[in-house]
Amino acid sequence: MPDIGVRNFAGKINSPNPFWLASAPPTNTGEMIMRAFDAGWGGAVWKTIGEPITNVSSRYSATDWNGQRIMGFNNIELISDRTVEQNLREMAEVKKRYPKNAVIASLMVASTREAWHEIVTRTEDAGADGLELNFGCPHGMSERGMGSAVGQVPEYAEMITAWVKEKAQTPVLVKLTPNISDIRTVARAAKRGGADGLSAINTINSITGIDLDTFVPRPNVDGKSSHGGYCGPAVKPIALNMVQQILADQEAALPLSGIGGIGTWRDAAEFLLLGCGTVQVCTAVMHYGYRIVEDMAEGLDNWMREKGFKTLEDFRGLSLNRVTEWKHLNLNYKIVAHVDEQKCIGCDLCHIACWDGAHQCIHLDRVTGPVDGHVELHPIPAGKETESRTSIAETPVTRKERATAFASGPYPTPLERIPRVDETECVGCNLCSLVCPVDGCITMVQVDTGLKPETWDERTRGAACGAE
Amino acid sequence: MSTAALPDDEQLRARFGELKPRLAAQAAVIEADRCLNCFDAPCTAACPTHIDVPGFIKRIASGNLRGSALRILDANILGASCARVCPVDVLCEGACVLNRQNRKPIQIGQLQRHAMDAFWASGERVQTAAPGTHKLRVACIGGGPASLACAAELCRQGAQATVIERRDLPGGLNTYGVAEYKLRAADSVREVEMIRHLGVEFRCGVDVSTAAALEALEAEFDCIFLGLGLGAMQRLNIPGEEADGVMNALELIAAYKTGHLRELHGTVVVVGAGNTAIDAANAARRLGASTVYMVYRRSESEMSAFDFEYEHAKQEGVQFLWNRLPVAIREEAHGRLLLDTVQVRQQDGKLERVPESEAEIACHMVIPAIGQSPLTQLLEELRGVEVRDGKIVADRVTGQTGNPRYYAGGDCVNGGREVVDAVAGGKRAALAILKTAEVACA
Repeated sequence: MPDIGVRNFAGKINSPNPFWLASAPPTNTGEMIMRAFDAGWGGAVWKTIGEPITNVSSRYSATDWNGQRIMGFNNIELISDRTVEQNLREMAEVKKRYPKNAVIASLMVASTREAWHEIVTRTEDAGADGLELNFGCPHGMSERGMGSAVGQVPEYAEMITAWVKEKAQTPVLVKLTPNISDIRTVARAAKRGGADGLSAINTINSITGIDLDTFVPRPNVDGKSSHGGYCGPAVKPIALNMVQQILADQEAALPLSGIGGIGTWRDAAEFLLLGCGTVQVCTAVMHYGYRIVEDMAEGLDNWMREKGFKTLEDFRGLSLNRVTEWKHLNLNYKIVAHVDEQKCIGCDLCHIACWDGAHQCIHLDRVTGPVDGHVELHPIPAGKETESRTSIAETPVTRKERATAFASGPYPTPLERIPRVDETECVGCNLCSLVCPVDGCITMVQVDTGLKPETWDERTRGAACGAE
Repeated sequence: MSTAALPDDEQLRARFGELKPRLAAQAAVIEADRCLNCFDAPCTAACPTHIDVPGFIKRIASGNLRGSALRILDANILGASCARVCPVDVLCEGACVLNRQNRKPIQIGQLQRHAMDAFWASGERVQTAAPGTHKLRVACIGGGPASLACAAELCRQGAQATVIERRDLPGGLNTYGVAEYKLRAADSVREVEMIRHLGVEFRCGVDVSTAAALEALEAEFDCIFLGLGLGAMQRLNIPGEEADGVMNALELIAAYKTGHLRELHGTVVVVGAGNTAIDAANAARRLGASTVYMVYRRSESEMSAFDFEYEHAKQEGVQFLWNRLPVAIREEAHGRLLLDTVQVRQQDGKLERVPESEAEIACHMVIPAIGQSPLTQLLEELRGVEVRDGKIVADRVTGQTGNPRYYAGGDCVNGGREVVDAVAGGKRAALAILKTAEVACA
């Protein structure tokens, strides 16, 4: 049976599983965190503690997509609006009752050595298992010289990390902002400052949308809005890339708690495969509640069982070296699209996608006969549609007419609607397989080019030599 | 023309409540989002009027409801009634590719209705070209869907069109012949009203049944479109058919829709098993008949009604007597009837009576519903318009008949199909008429 426990993360943080709640509204109070631990969360990063702030109303907005709520989520809420004393009193209580769960204190105070020394001492006295320095909050706090104002300047990040390390007894994680041209610069600074680990990514600067009736961007605060921090499923690809960038960089790599659009065990497994030691979740919990952790833990366990992994360390980072620079990709590797006629339902989205968005090599000519050669020889899509819309169609009213109305031939879809891939023209871009609504209908099949693997790097180096 | 002719009868509304409740606004958007937006969509190809189905559906998804409705009306001016009466199972929804993935097809009819309802609610009008763009006057005989579509298309493009209808209200079977739980007569008339706003002139209560009347029309108009529909319902041709309690299916449907028949009781026998027979049988149940039989001389597997209509009738509590032939109707005291029937079986392609299988059905009403006959009386008057097998012979694409000034479309050409087929035929004829006129001008 796989063990999904985390051992000695960033030196000495343990938790029964890698699923932590990120520093955010779901970790606002001790009562909430205890309910989360009861639900199965392995750890929690306390909602950032510092001088209490005043929030606005409203605070959140979201982007919906294709009928699905919250593809992306945006907030303009600040750090904890409760006093340091209240938070730390509750933290001590939580730690006493839940000794096995990781409790990390997220901290943000004014940029002075004394202020940081004081908060570090008080927090560790309350029993925190680790500290997370919030150098990422993109709104409100940055205007006061905190949050991303620190996270965007490597020198400040290094300096404050070093101050914290002067006092800290527990592991120190630095939470990184993505709102910077190269996230590695601050990661390296944190490492230079002595950080034990990193958390990435914080939210991305965003305006989620504008109300087309009032012309006020969301969220609306009395007729005005402000940029917020974007998170949720939409940001996962951005987060994965930044996680990869950090962990592939010798000067930046540290134990990393991955954050950004994680809502399922699959998302979590991807962050772990890139090398994260734990993951942090917020938006998915704000959407569905703490109970989502049940499937996250079970699903990860089942997947590890299926793959034969016994611990998280067995697969952590397996995909990291599968990411390389473009110049190291094999130029002589070729795949082409293959349509499974039995699975095709005839939506022909691959055809129009290939014609209008790719390389005009998927044709609807299985009945009329293939026309090989230059693409212009094929009828263009608009002509095909005009043909259908000027034909005469009748309601099949008799039983006989109805019996033949949707008859198809050898495959479930009529042959004339099953696309044909011109493999000589196909560049293997994947687009058709991405738009196809049927699982496994369009697969990309490798074809032998008869050429030895060669990268752009190798090819141009060779050319340079030849030129000399 | 006004809906004042139609009573707003609470009892009728209660008994013939809408079969399919409308989609809530958000449900419509969710359903619209399910649409794959196929290329060269099979639903569009299957629709006789080729409505751009993904086009109007994605406009619902984006919140462009005006654009959605205009997209529908552009292809099918009777988009509102078609949304309610089309047998979508064998048309657009039957063609939906999701069926091949064992998924529920998109509810195209319901979405079309959603867009059209929004259009009505907004008070929008369909734009037309300036009247007189075409110096062309066309008479459309018959006030049903074929003529309405033909006249509407002509006026949209700036020609003049006049619809001549025998009855008090235009709309044809949309007004008088569709089950009220699918399409209310008032909604049909409202749709006709929209077509009147396009500039179509209506002459109702005018029967064109003589050569003289036709000659007068020929003198007044450049072209004549025949959207005559089918004739009266076929008779059973059995003794006793003149009895008081015998009323054919279309008469029954028109009578209850116009408030002339409010209540039935006892046992009602419908003869036939087509879609109209089912409409009549369901209506009889809803009007209060305690027992409704459908008597059909052939078997269950041969009935011409759509499968979903058959299922619906069973749910309404209609009972079916298969392979049974009515032979006579006898009048009893107190308006009671006795319908004599006999069991039949197929023998060498013919129906043969089964000996000693006679049975009489005591009932209060017999409703023949065995199809409509062609309107031969008028057609005989038309010089040069060929009629074959009771159908007007017209060019499949243009609707032009043997007499070049006469065009035809709808049931009188196709022998009786759906509203959407009539709309398609009427529109094709209009486009052909306009094209011919342009050629003549040039």
